Amino acid sequence: IALLAGTPAMASAVEEAIAAFTGGAEIGESGIEINAPEIAENGNVVPIEVSAPGAEEIMVMATGNPSPPVCRVSFGPAAGSSRLSTRIRLAKTQDVLAVARMSDGSFVQTTRAVKVTIGGCGG
Amino acid sequence: MADVKPRVKIPSSAKAGEAFTVKTLISHSMESGLRKDGDGNPIPRQIINRFTCEFNGTSVVDMALEPAISANPYIEFDAQIDAAGEFTFTWYDDDGSVYTTSNGIELA
Repeated sequence: IALLAGTPAMASAVEEAIAAFTGGAEIGESGIEINAPEIAENGNVVPIEVSAPGAEEIMVMATGNPSPPVCRVSFGPAAGSSRLSTRIRLAKTQDVLAVARMSDGSFVQTTRAVKVTIGGCGG
Repeated sequence: MADVKPRVKIPSSAKAGEAFTVKTLISHSMESGLRKDGDGNPIPRQIINRFTCEFNGTSVVDMALEPAISANPYIEFDAQIDAAGEFTFTWYDDDGSVYTTSNGIELA
């Protein structure tokens, strides 16, 4: 909690999740990539790939979803790379965000805009 | 869930220290907890909340999944091995069920 002392009271769920992941550390912007379609016709199934060579852990968030967290993956000693592909739900057009913890303890993040034609969170 | 079926695709052999792709899919509705039934009642959340892959007991990936992962979760990643052995894949369901499957691999 003390780590969040510097953030505004109305900090968004996304900012809070990033702060919880990084412990408030500074975040760089190179060495991490999200591959996703520019336009997703069906928000129920949007293929994404995150990769950050040398990362030990990557967290993915859909910043415009009712609940932003998507997944968090740790790469173990038997991993062949720091890359993961999966399929996600996007409620609407938004930015997908990924933050990686590198092996030296530093953090990097990137975002990727995805236009969604048909939203994917039911309701 | 009665119809949960894990599927995994790995090569039958791999060269030591050389990365190769592992593809996994499990049939599961990943009920987000955000949907309502025909009468307007919320449908309770039931998702696969964790997936792990190990090779001979060593971690390849350990993943926490949220409701934003699509139905029938597809997870693809890279592994590397330095000996023949066995991959163990495990999916953890919100309802406490654990689904597991194993695949052997040889050194090329």
